[in-house]
Amino acid sequence: MGAGHGHGAGRSLHHPGRSRVHRAPAHLKVVALVTFMLVVVATPRGASWAPVAYAAYGACVLAVVLAARVPVLFVVRRMVVELPFVVFAVLVPFVATGPRTEVLGLTVSEPGLVAAGHLLAKGTIGVAAALTMASTTTARELLGGLERLRMPALLVEIMGFMLRYVDVVTGEWSRMLVAMRSRGCDPRSPRHWGTLARGLGALFIRSYERGERVHLAMLSRGYDVGRAR
Amino acid sequence: MHVPDGFLDAPTSVATGVVAVAGVGLALRGARRELDDRAAPMVGLVAAFVFAAQMVNFPVGAGTSGHLMGGALAAVLVGPWSAILCLSVVLLVQGLLMADGGITAIGTNITLLGLVAVAVGWGVFVLLRAVLPSRPSMVAPAAAVGALVSVPVAALVFTGLFAVGGTAPVALGDVATAMVGWHSLIGIGEAVVTGLVVASVLAARPDLVHGARPLLADARLEIRTASGRPTTTPQA
Repeated sequence: MGAGHGHGAGRSLHHPGRSRVHRAPAHLKVVALVTFMLVVVATPRGASWAPVAYAAYGACVLAVVLAARVPVLFVVRRMVVELPFVVFAVLVPFVATGPRTEVLGLTVSEPGLVAAGHLLAKGTIGVAAALTMASTTTARELLGGLERLRMPALLVEIMGFMLRYVDVVTGEWSRMLVAMRSRGCDPRSPRHWGTLARGLGALFIRSYERGERVHLAMLSRGYDVGRAR
Repeated sequence: MHVPDGFLDAPTSVATGVVAVAGVGLALRGARRELDDRAAPMVGLVAAFVFAAQMVNFPVGAGTSGHLMGGALAAVLVGPWSAILCLSVVLLVQGLLMADGGITAIGTNITLLGLVAVAVGWGVFVLLRAVLPSRPSMVAPAAAVGALVSVPVAALVFTGLFAVGGTAPVALGDVATAMVGWHSLIGIGEAVVTGLVVASVLAARPDLVHGARPLLADARLEIRTASGRPTTTPQA
């Protein structure tokens, strides 16, 4: 899944570019991302300076996005993955404990309101930072980075195979869905779960057999376990 | 049920990260036993399958939908150790390349959906397999029950983590009720789909279902004549 054809079910988030952020070694980006997010998450809930800190974190992410020359809209548009979480955060003030207060004529919990604000800020910064990482790093670079970070070789290899074949398998699945729909099956309806499950069963068998063929092909080209890569 | 950033505090996130690393380390050793040198391509392809299967949404009610988590399903199909590796790799890829689930919550997500869901799903499955009559037809129902139990238990463990490192002042009883209630509903969908998928694989390629292997051990090739009477059974 290189830069040019990573369209896993239309979910590829990579935005090709040659900026400094794109060219930075992937292992540094992973370490920076994790450290940054740990700092963000560790921001205390009671602190009065928290809003300033969140603004600073947000500015950091924005600065990296601009430096990477990834269109800000590209990132913003993909932030919809956060939506279910936003719904939850909005619910928190209504179910939280503590003294009540009035906002727009609704009675809500005051500490709940504060907590919801923190949740939203941290979650949003997290999604934006992760999207920045994803839009500037290809799958192959990420694999190399994780390998340099001493992730076990077997796990790196498994991840490599998964990334290489995920488009093939999801593509196969979406073709099966098209075939089901064209025969009048509605995969979302519980009435057709039987058909859906038989399709998934077939997909599993095809994936497993593809794995066996890949393994045989590797052996025939001199793949030696333990001395892999 | 991907936990986002900021939901649990930093110490809890780091602690679950350590648990996840230890669990994945154990699974790496176990998967070598389950699959020997085929481990990398096989687990990689099954992980791609789990990723595709997670795109299947089913309606839960109130206009929302849950998606298959696949812990119990993967455990029954390829064995618990390989299943842990599959789920962990899928969650890593979703976190780092798809912004699905928080960065600091990757350890939490692997612990909940990889370790807990797979361990509970597989444990319940093995228990039922031992209790139920040892027939291959019992594998799919046992897998379904395993899936049914695994989802609310993972939600319960999340509630426990929330009690330790939660960042919102919501009464713990409310969290437990909401999480377990909601995920019991998702668990029903998970159970139905898991059972049906296992049954369909069992019908076509029973040898591929890891959880059914002990029950298939004495299945022999039988060559029948035109009259339908079996002739001598050749030794494999």
